[in-house]
Amino acid sequence: MRSEASWPLRIAALAGLLFLHLPILLIFLYAFTTDERTFTFPPPGLTTQWFAVAWNRADIWPPLMLSLQVALFSTLLALVLGTLVAAAMSGARFFGRDQLSLLIVLPIALPGVITGIALRSAIPMLHLNFGWQTIVLGHATFCIVIVYNNAVARFRRLSGGILEASADLGANAFQTFRYILLPNLGTALLAGGMLAFALSFDEVIVTTFTAGTGAASKTLPIWMLDELIRPRQRPVTNVVAMVVFATTFLPILLAYYLTREGSETAGSGK
Amino acid sequence: MSPAVEFRAVSRHFGPVKAVDAVDLTIAEGAFFAMLGPSGSGKTTCLRLISGFEQPSYGQIRIFGEDVSAVPPHLRNVNTVFQDYALFPHMNVRDNVAYGLMVKGMGRAARHAKAEAMLDLVKLDGYGGRKPAQLSGGQRQRVALARALVGEPRVLLLDEPLGALDLKLREAMQDELKSLQRRLGITFVFVTHDQGEALSMADSLAVFHNGKIAQIGTPSQIYTQPATRFVADFVGSSNLLPPALTASLGGPPKWSSLRPEALHLAQSAAPGPALTGTVQGQRYLGLGTRVTLAVQGTEIAAFLPAGTQVPPEGAPITLTFAPAALHVIDAE
Amino acid sequence: MSPAVFPSRSVASRLTTLFWRHPRLLLGLLLAPPLLWLGLVYLGALAALLLQSFYSIDDFSGLIVPELTLKTYAQLFRPSNFDVITRTLLMALSVTVASGVIAFPVAYYAARFARGRWKAAFYLGVMLPLWSSYLVKVYAWKLILAKEGIVTWAATATHTDWLLDAALSLPGIGGSSLSTSYIGTFLVFCYVWLPYMILPMQAALERVPTSMLEASADLGATAGQTFRTVTLPLALPGIIAGSIFTFSLTLGDYIIPQIIGNSASFIGMAVYQLQGTAGNVPLAAAFAVVPILIMLVYLTLARRAGAFDAL
Repeated sequence: MRSEASWPLRIAALAGLLFLHLPILLIFLYAFTTDERTFTFPPPGLTTQWFAVAWNRADIWPPLMLSLQVALFSTLLALVLGTLVAAAMSGARFFGRDQLSLLIVLPIALPGVITGIALRSAIPMLHLNFGWQTIVLGHATFCIVIVYNNAVARFRRLSGGILEASADLGANAFQTFRYILLPNLGTALLAGGMLAFALSFDEVIVTTFTAGTGAASKTLPIWMLDELIRPRQRPVTNVVAMVVFATTFLPILLAYYLTREGSETAGSGK
Repeated sequence: MSPAVEFRAVSRHFGPVKAVDAVDLTIAEGAFFAMLGPSGSGKTTCLRLISGFEQPSYGQIRIFGEDVSAVPPHLRNVNTVFQDYALFPHMNVRDNVAYGLMVKGMGRAARHAKAEAMLDLVKLDGYGGRKPAQLSGGQRQRVALARALVGEPRVLLLDEPLGALDLKLREAMQDELKSLQRRLGITFVFVTHDQGEALSMADSLAVFHNGKIAQIGTPSQIYTQPATRFVADFVGSSNLLPPALTASLGGPPKWSSLRPEALHLAQSAAPGPALTGTVQGQRYLGLGTRVTLAVQGTEIAAFLPAGTQVPPEGAPITLTFAPAALHVIDAE
Repeated sequence: MSPAVFPSRSVASRLTTLFWRHPRLLLGLLLAPPLLWLGLVYLGALAALLLQSFYSIDDFSGLIVPELTLKTYAQLFRPSNFDVITRTLLMALSVTVASGVIAFPVAYYAARFARGRWKAAFYLGVMLPLWSSYLVKVYAWKLILAKEGIVTWAATATHTDWLLDAALSLPGIGGSSLSTSYIGTFLVFCYVWLPYMILPMQAALERVPTSMLEASADLGATAGQTFRTVTLPLALPGIIAGSIFTFSLTLGDYIIPQIIGNSASFIGMAVYQLQGTAGNVPLAAAFAVVPILIMLVYLTLARRAGAFDAL
């Protein structure tokens, strides 16, 4: 029965994959176009000058730095919180376990605009001022589930026996965590962290709600959104789009290679 | 001198399930003690109560006289060889074996030397640098053994230690475990569902049934004088005779057991009790033949040594036995 | 002879003993930070949102009146607001159906025929677009659909521009160019959410045992019959699971219709604009509750169809 796939099926499958990838490749091409005002195809000429222009644009660097900072802090917070939940969930059965697993997915299962507006109305109630910290608050909330998914799959695969064996041989809980749990959880956490980083780095929907109005809370995606709505130098936007794509692409690829040996693979559920 | 392990009316309940039910148990120092029973009989829970991974619902456990109710696993000088070995997959064999010494603060050189010596003892010298995944099942078992023994625990617990090995390897390991235990003088407590293993390795054993101990004794006591019908049935392939049959053989009207190898083909007019029936089937086993016959509606098995002329199927047969071989079961 | 019981020498050891005697304590310590975060911050925020939707806005002063009322919900049924809801629902529905159609061959091929290297390539081929920057993807389509962009160029080059013009002159969904029409919005939605459809679909198809297909063929079913009566029903939970994503994501998105389309409002845009420039938080909150309710109904139906096993 494992016959060869029919030609129409092959073509349809390939066409589907191309549909997913060609648009992204186009960005790369447009980053080199000489056409500054429109999106003419084919580009009238090719140039590398936009990389230099983008490099020298003062308004790009602060958003880039802010995005990296936000992604870093959100990832760290999500790593701690996600691992804690995964550890608790993999252990004992307790009252409210199913409700908790629902609560963790909720920030990503509900449309981003809802998480966004909910946090927007909650932040003033917590007497917080909008700023980069509130962006982190929002990002960490939906990054928890990414780390959790990766960690809980590894916990499940990890035979409970080795934790008991460690205690049996005289290790206290902290030694077991340090010498047994962490090394075995490491790649899963790294993969989860990478994905969380990628997700936070280019998140825009929740960010528009949780960011303040000033330039100090303008992340790179928000900068890009502004450029999309009110374009200034289109090729510069192309260059930035390329950089954003690369910044998210590499961690994702790394996450995949970190976890592909196991039965669970990072990223199959976003 | 206090016993190595002592259970005083220990129970472990999981909700409504009484996994271990008011067990009293004493394991002498230096013993090779077996806990035998079918799965779900409570033997593994008892082992985990000793290691500390389960805590008793009621009762008290003492290890060398010390009440361990408040002592967590990492402070008990008791180590375990786990059923699936539970080797640390990210460490090599040497670090696996040295782990217990490391967490207790022993220096690198010293613990590695001890680990290598221990690997020598279990005949795995030269394997220190390998990862557990690169070893065979038998080798992993030896690593688990070395890892549990290197810290010189007062009691070694083994959970179905030979279960995952093939027959030949299992027999070799039985001998090895036995000699290792004699050499080190450590109290070994092992759990098994294999009665042959328990009888051949242990110097005393407890038979578990439904969370209780059905019988404690030496292998020969358990084998020849089963205390309950369950023990008679579970240990060996004993014939269980109902009260009427026991009475007709000259015993009291109670259940009794009769070992297949205690039966002999009757010589003409031999004295003593005898069983008469028809041959129902026979199975050649090399060392002899296992014959089954029907006596008053009860199926009886007899093991007749090689060279015996066994009557063909359907033919009448009479078997005799020494009166002492008939073991009357007093308990219900 | 070593002791039978070691003394507890360090704080770490004493804490371990404490956790061993009170396992709930450790569980509580593990759960406290995430529960505080998610339970208090996030659920609290959602509750606050729900509460706001029962407030109303004073027509004259423009201030929020913190009294419980259904007035704001009633406003949702005004024609202009109700149009937004039906438009969003129709878009979500058509995007879901179209994604399903495009996704199926990819998922089917990857699940049944791709092996080894190809399998990994397919997997990465779907996963990378899934995770790569959302905004960059939307931006790429701005380039593609622009009047002077690659689609117009390709249509001219292949002399099919009449087809493009015909599509753009369709009443209701057409427009002056693809990037300012519903067709454009629809295409971008399909593109951006497609991986969310492929992955669960592929997972479900992979769970259909080959032996079952062999049995069907063995019993005399044609390939088409096997597909219709065995493969499709067994893959259905995966398809529904995928549709949960495409449906929910389209319902809540407000960036795509803002950048590509004819500036007609969708639920997400309404929420964004109402809470921002208009300052009508109660109505924004009421709008936000709509997708939640729709998704609740959808999830209940999906649960009945067994879609959660495929997630």
